[in-house]
Amino acid sequence: MRVIVDLPKCCGAGQCVLIAPQVFDQQDDGIVILLDEAPPKEFHAATREAASVCPGAAIQLEEDA
Amino acid sequence: MNPSSVLVVGASVGGLAVAEGLRREGYEGALTLLGAEQHLPYDRPPLSKKVLSGALAPAQTQLRPEAALERLGAALVLGDPAVRLDVTAREVTTAAGRHLRADVLVLALGLQPRRLPGDALAGVHVLRTLDDAIALRAALLTGPRVVVVGDGVLGTEIAATARSMGLDVTLVGPQPAPLANQLGLRVGGVLARLHEGHGVVLRLGVGVDDLLGTEGRVSGVRLASGEVLPADVVVVAMGSRPAIGWLEGSGLPLADGIVCDARCKAADGIYAVGDVAWWHHEGLGTGMRLENRTNAVEQGIAVAGNILGKDRPYTPVPYYWTDQFDVKIQVHGLLSGHTDVAIVEGDPARGQFVALYGRHGQVTGVLGWNMMKQARQFRPHVVERTAWNDVVPATRSVTLADGPSTKTVAI
Ligand SMILES: Cc1cc2nc3c(=O)[nH]c(=O)nc-3n(C[C@H](O)[C@H](O)[C@H](O)COP(=O)(O)OP(=O)(O)OC[C@H]3O[C@@H](n4cnc5c(N)ncnc54)[C@H](O)[C@@H]3O)c2cc1C
Ligand code: SF4
Repeated sequence: MRVIVDLPKCCGAGQCVLIAPQVFDQQDDGIVILLDEAPPKEFHAATREAASVCPGAAIQLEEDA
Repeated sequence: MNPSSVLVVGASVGGLAVAEGLRREGYEGALTLLGAEQHLPYDRPPLSKKVLSGALAPAQTQLRPEAALERLGAALVLGDPAVRLDVTAREVTTAAGRHLRADVLVLALGLQPRRLPGDALAGVHVLRTLDDAIALRAALLTGPRVVVVGDGVLGTEIAATARSMGLDVTLVGPQPAPLANQLGLRVGGVLARLHEGHGVVLRLGVGVDDLLGTEGRVSGVRLASGEVLPADVVVVAMGSRPAIGWLEGSGLPLADGIVCDARCKAADGIYAVGDVAWWHHEGLGTGMRLENRTNAVEQGIAVAGNILGKDRPYTPVPYYWTDQFDVKIQVHGLLSGHTDVAIVEGDPARGQFVALYGRHGQVTGVLGWNMMKQARQFRPHVVERTAWNDVVPATRSVTLADGPSTKTVAI
């Protein structure tokens, strides 16, 4: 799985950090920091949920990569 | 025990969350998404912000790339609204005459804007759909004088965007300050100053009587005070109603939305999610309906779990945000009905602060004003309903005896 964040779409909600803190963090201004662009399998479910929840629709996943 | 077919009516963010949640949890049965609009599922929050301003092209609001939608393995039926529901057969009839039946139905119908008498005049707009946003942007590009009717989140966002495009903008609404009922007068006042500082003319504390027109085109707005505001474009943003007109008489329990139990179930095999769902929040011990994007997704995920037998009540900590000019406001928890407010970080005068909201001695909500991360860091107090006095030093706290919108207070 490869994670791509579209920074201009990020609204700084931090929902991704609540759901998958191993994969996402937030800068002081709220904008997302991608900690791991190819998270290990055990974090896939949380990462998918974070992508689904992200209010900015800023997280896209490439599942086959 | 899993259903062999699921039909989701409403192909937007809530409906998509149900579909994605089902697949994430391993559901392999038939899945159909039925939507009234022609567009592939798209996102609404950018409409009043970046789509209106032109910073985002309409196509960029699409929620998922086509490849991701294909991977979902769902039949997408678009541009064909449901018009009839048979509750016992769980069958939906569409405008085009399709009959769709499934083991489980999920209704993710969203809202319809309230309208004003006389709004058939040219130049009068509402903003709910992508098509609305495209039409309103085209109108704004002609450089009109704009009057926005409505002092809630949507109205203030539209006013801010239109003003940022260099237009003459007047914001009209019945509250003493924008969003005063939700945020209280203190923070509502900060919002009022933000708008005025950017040149938005505020006409607050007064209702709208009439839309005026000449030759089929809007020419102005008459206020209850008798004042007439000239306008070339009027945007009506006075709230919305659940889009449930077609369900009347179906036997489904309806009130201010589709009435659901704590598991978001409205009838046997029928669930509701998102803006349209009124459900019982077990944690807060009350029924509620939330009109925000994160709720639509989280409720969709919860319902997907319940469809697959998880049997869990839905008890979210509400969250929404709004962007106005250079300010990003984040709200965790519930602010309405608050009796206590305190600024716990930053300073409104410096354009950055966190405000805590409380009720009956407990923290119920937090608002961040250009302090997103800090606001999130207060969220645990909202989750745990921490005692007010444990978080807020007595010197910073103000209690409003009569509720937030009846008194002016200085903190
Ligand atoms: C302009 C705008 C800005 C917003 N900004 C923010 C924001 O900044 N932050 C925030 O938290 N929230 C915001 N919101 C609210 C947020 O967009 C909604 O809470 C969210 O879209 C709700 O999702 P939903 O799926 O429940 O409903 P909707 O997104 O409204 O989707 C419902 C779908 O159902 C379809 N439908 C309706 N009736 C039928 C039928 N009979 N048959 C088939 N399909 C039907 C509709 O066409 C629609 O596509 C904003 C909303 C708007 C309109
Ligand atoms: S959830 Fe989405 S919008 Fe929020 S911080 Fe993460 S990437 Fe940004």
